Amino acid sequence: MATFNPLISVRDREAGQGGGNTHPPVSGGDGGGRGGDSSPDYGARLRRARLGLAVASVSITMLFVAFTSAYIFRQGLPTFDERTGEYVRDWLTLNLPMTMLLVNTLLLLLSSVTMELARRQITRQAALAPVESIPGVSLGRERYFPWLGATVVLGVGFLAGQWMAWRELSDRGFYVATSPSSSFFYLLTAAHGIHLTGGLLVMMYAVTVSLLRKPVEARRIVVDVTAWYWHFMAFLWLYIFGLLWFMR
Amino acid sequence: MAGSTGGGETIMATSATVHAHAAPQGFIRKYIFSLDHKVIGLQYYFLALTAVFVGMFLSLLMRIHLVWPAAVLPLVGEIKPETYLSLLTMHGTIMVFFVLTTAPQGGFGNYFLPIQIGAPDMAFPVLNMLSFWTTFVAFVVILAAFFVTGGAPLHGWTGYAPLSALTNSGPGQQLGADLWITSIAIFCIASLMGALNFITTTLDMRAKGMTMMRMPLTVWAWFITAILGLLAFGVLLSAGILLLLDRHLGTSFYIPLVVVNGQVMGHKGGSPLLWQHLFWFFGHPEVYIAILPGMGVASQLLSTFSRKPIFGYRAMVYAIMAIGILGFMVWGHHMFMSGMSPYSAFAFSIMTMAIGVPSAIKTFNWLGTLMHARIRFQTPMLFAIGFVSLFVSGGLSGPFLAQPVLDIPLHDTAFVVAHFHLIMGVAAIFGIFAATYYWFPKMFGHMMNEGLGKIHFFFTLIGAYCIFMPMHYLGMAGQPRRYSQFTELAYLHHLIPLNTFITYAAIITISAQFIFLFNLFWSMFKGPKASDNPWEATTMEWTTATPPPHDNFGGKTPVVNHGPYEYNVPGAARDYIMQTDPATVASH
Repeated sequence: MATFNPLISVRDREAGQGGGNTHPPVSGGDGGGRGGDSSPDYGARLRRARLGLAVASVSITMLFVAFTSAYIFRQGLPTFDERTGEYVRDWLTLNLPMTMLLVNTLLLLLSSVTMELARRQITRQAALAPVESIPGVSLGRERYFPWLGATVVLGVGFLAGQWMAWRELSDRGFYVATSPSSSFFYLLTAAHGIHLTGGLLVMMYAVTVSLLRKPVEARRIVVDVTAWYWHFMAFLWLYIFGLLWFMR
Repeated sequence: MAGSTGGGETIMATSATVHAHAAPQGFIRKYIFSLDHKVIGLQYYFLALTAVFVGMFLSLLMRIHLVWPAAVLPLVGEIKPETYLSLLTMHGTIMVFFVLTTAPQGGFGNYFLPIQIGAPDMAFPVLNMLSFWTTFVAFVVILAAFFVTGGAPLHGWTGYAPLSALTNSGPGQQLGADLWITSIAIFCIASLMGALNFITTTLDMRAKGMTMMRMPLTVWAWFITAILGLLAFGVLLSAGILLLLDRHLGTSFYIPLVVVNGQVMGHKGGSPLLWQHLFWFFGHPEVYIAILPGMGVASQLLSTFSRKPIFGYRAMVYAIMAIGILGFMVWGHHMFMSGMSPYSAFAFSIMTMAIGVPSAIKTFNWLGTLMHARIRFQTPMLFAIGFVSLFVSGGLSGPFLAQPVLDIPLHDTAFVVAHFHLIMGVAAIFGIFAATYYWFPKMFGHMMNEGLGKIHFFFTLIGAYCIFMPMHYLGMAGQPRRYSQFTELAYLHHLIPLNTFITYAAIITISAQFIFLFNLFWSMFKGPKASDNPWEATTMEWTTATPPPHDNFGGKTPVVNHGPYEYNVPGAARDYIMQTDPATVASH
């Protein structure tokens, strides 16, 4: 068990192809034989899903790039004050609810670690699945920790924490329209939260399908892609937090 | 059926390995919520066809009102200034988003990109279906704006703040504007999903031997267009979100201290320029999103019907990339009027004129392709040549407007209307027509009527020039755009006859489109049966059955041995070598 190479199940199906690694793998040359080749090619599907996620991340990045440029533009903009007849700055420096935000950051980073553990665990499971299916071969009972469940809990914890940070800010009188700084705080945290919720929903879907006896290779694709998305969300949060802190 | 005309090498594979989903049986899964990229392509196409007739009808109302302001028109009655503005807004929005973005990319791109690269479907078929239905919802939402209290919005397709950001700035600015913003936001999400699919499919699903530099120029155009969409639509979405927050949550991103109807609004400190920057950062690439697929189609057709390889294939690819990259650096040229720093304006001006370089490379390569060729003047080719003609005529006024000193007097006149209609509107529409006449046999298994096609072409080409060429003169003579009436203005009286001529030209040109509509639907059922490769073309859609089977190549995975434009290769038996022909056929 310990010497099994998990990459085999992903790569060896591409034997039928040549001329670069950008083609959808097909089973090579055994036109007449149906047996065994009717299973979907998980390696190609995983690669495609990861590529799709990378492309999707670019568009999400552009959304936040646009918010950032609006943030910087709006912060530097002088405002006409009708009482004094002069141009003033209406950007109120926001006292961020730091304790809450730091706790949330910690929760999210921790969830990124548990998500990575979930990803590695299911990669190993998927690699071993073909071996286990051989009649007479038993790999013994490996203990699987519910890392995915732990990530969902931590993720929900992060969202709850963000909600509490909102409450703290509104208790101090900073609402969405109070100042452009508070507008951006609510906007950026909400936009990040909505994207994170998307990740959570996919994770819950993955937990559900694990109960429905779907092939572990199929579940692995969902978990793998969600894991990369989740890391991206953690990174995005660090960026947003940095923007809100360093450009108060 | 695969290879019936090409006879190339194929690798057998079970359908399960090449195609993730089986052919659906029921009507709903087959035609409504289909996962098949070909059905989805047709859905996009017919959505755009519906939209273009709505958009055209609105333009007709505007043209009639301009020259006969007292006329009471069907469906809208008497046209008040605000009615005119809402017609203008809806015409622009529907045409730009639901026609020029939807048909070339969502329609033809969806249908032919996977086949041209030898793939059985898009990378993510479910996402593909979702992106079409999301676009459909966006279309329904925008049409709903006509029917709500206050009517459709007045802020133009560019949705300039603060007009768009205040709910009490005009009759259409309440629910109508909300529906407009919502529709655009939904459309952004749909386009992002589509772009994701196009990019992944192109990068990951090419058949064996289909290297990037063997891709047809149509595929290159769809691919670069998808990248532009991926980078641009996220920015428009963010701009739309800020606009909704300004309208409903009292924020001041776009709204400065402002008084409306004597009432001081609660906002202060925002800047309408922020909207303009965000909007045009999307808006300029959007011009290329509309035109690049047309360029791809023109290249494909000029080569095929000239029976010559495209002149300078690599230069064409790099020119598409250069146009794509430069397209993101020129948004400021839409804002010369905004009082921007002359240094910024200078930079934007230089970058804008730089786009002339790759555009000229493309144009000269098209002309080089036509040079010394035995051209087959069939309808698709006529529209492709028409595309080049319109691209040049519309493009040449670009360097005028790229200069702030000329743009400032011309910006709010009919000159700009003429410029962007020729290059972005009519040229792109000619790309769509060329693609329709060219791919119709593959899509529906019948040929379109050539005679009707040619009549349609000449009416449309001459008609479009009669409408838009004189508009340049109107602009230089000072006729402002967006004005609902000008007949009362003494200094424009001498322009009434020319305006009347334009309106007549518009009525005739629009009427001629019914010839196309008739030809389209009549040929679908009554046209002569099409062979698998009626144009003797080389790319992969012509190697498969007509119409193509569910998995495109009937359970086989094609192998590509040739470039996309190998016409009249010395030593070859025929005057064209298909991409899937065996490598032993003479090649260069």
